[in-house]
Amino acid sequence: MKYLFYPGCSQEGAALEYQRSTLAVLAALGAEVEELEDWTCCGASVASVVSSLLGVVLPARNLALAERAGGGRDLLAVCSACYTNFQRTNGMLAADHRLMATVNQALGVEGLAYGGSVRARHLLDVLANDFGPEAIAAQVQKPLSGLTVAPYYGCQTVRPYSPFDDPQRPTSMIAILEALGVTIHRHPREASCCGTSLLTTKPEVGVQMAAAILQACEPADCIVTVCPMCHMNLDSYQDRASRVAGHALHIPVLFLPQLIGMAFGLPDDALLFRRHVVPVRIGL
Amino acid sequence: MTTSTVINLTAMERDTALLGQLAPARQLLLRCIHCGTCTASCPSAAAMDLTPRQMWRKVQLGMTEEVLRSKTIWLCSLCYQCHVRCPRGIPLTETIVTLKELALERGIAHSHESAAFYRAFADVMRRYGRMREVEFMARYFLATNPLSALGYARMGLTMLARGKLKIELPRLTGEGRLDRLFARVAELEEQQ
Repeated sequence: MKYLFYPGCSQEGAALEYQRSTLAVLAALGAEVEELEDWTCCGASVASVVSSLLGVVLPARNLALAERAGGGRDLLAVCSACYTNFQRTNGMLAADHRLMATVNQALGVEGLAYGGSVRARHLLDVLANDFGPEAIAAQVQKPLSGLTVAPYYGCQTVRPYSPFDDPQRPTSMIAILEALGVTIHRHPREASCCGTSLLTTKPEVGVQMAAAILQACEPADCIVTVCPMCHMNLDSYQDRASRVAGHALHIPVLFLPQLIGMAFGLPDDALLFRRHVVPVRIGL
Repeated sequence: MTTSTVINLTAMERDTALLGQLAPARQLLLRCIHCGTCTASCPSAAAMDLTPRQMWRKVQLGMTEEVLRSKTIWLCSLCYQCHVRCPRGIPLTETIVTLKELALERGIAHSHESAAFYRAFADVMRRYGRMREVEFMARYFLATNPLSALGYARMGLTMLARGKLKIELPRLTGEGRLDRLFARVAELEEQQ
């Protein structure tokens, strides 16, 4: 399997451990991954509010680069907001030829053009469906039996444009987690919102949303997620969330490829647990 | 009603322009049956001044200024729960994005913090082509309440100690990575 990798901004900063573990796990599974050259920000949830056209042009710029890089490879995103922006842009451009023409007029200043042929994929989709639990189980060196894990998908991994999972009750992680040998803690907040930027702009509202998820996951040894924004909110705000919950919350939050990498027996340099705010001292 | 309403022509004219910009959204909202699924699904509805369903009713009735001035639009975290659950298939979350855009464009955003958040993010994006989290947060806190940054000091220091924050010197002069693309987009929007 060959992919063009779109890291997204968080992968160079706060969520470097997500990028590192993703690449290590995909290499172990035999994937060929090449980073998209000259990629820029997808616009996050901000560009389309600043200008609706900009909100389509910024993802389209990266899709155009991926189309030019060629080979019919899928564009692999690890951040759910980047993934949603690519899906949204492809959908809007396919439905509106005038918009496509306008977007290409804009991309012209960068020497780029987009024809609409690139498929964007989320890491979870690739792990669950291109490789699947059997290929993952085959690489497991240290089964993680005895570990209880709470899956957490967040919103934009599966909403609203997911072609690979249920937008309200996602299940893609279950077979992967079973392949690692863990016990799964199912809970009602698996696809609830982490609060995203509200933790910064409206902390009194946002922290409550993160706290509700952390509380639902408390019976588990750790939470696994596939979105850098969700990770930041759940891992970094546990002090504040504890004040809302009325008791101390202390639960490690892992990226799914970190947990897979742990079971694969990958070295700590590939997993970077030392970067977590809530220390990861499980099953090691 | 005991209070009389003073008809403000300027406001009405502005409203007409607004209604024009919102025409596609209002057309879609004609399908709304006011079942309230959006409100029941919204994780921040309790903190809103207008519930999502009330907001959609006001958009239907053309009371758009009131909607643009509400806290509600800035409390939407784009979780798309109302969007996927709407039994009438109305793209509600996308419509909120349009409302935020109009409020920001008209400078009537209720939330100074939210407006500052979007501006700071867009500036850093245009300048470097990629997000720089530290500079973005610095710009955000300077534009809002620098003292409130103190509340994040402990978290910031922990993140710094864990290597999660990348400190880079700002580059404030010279052409920004996406200046030309942003300018072209603004030009094209002007023409539309």
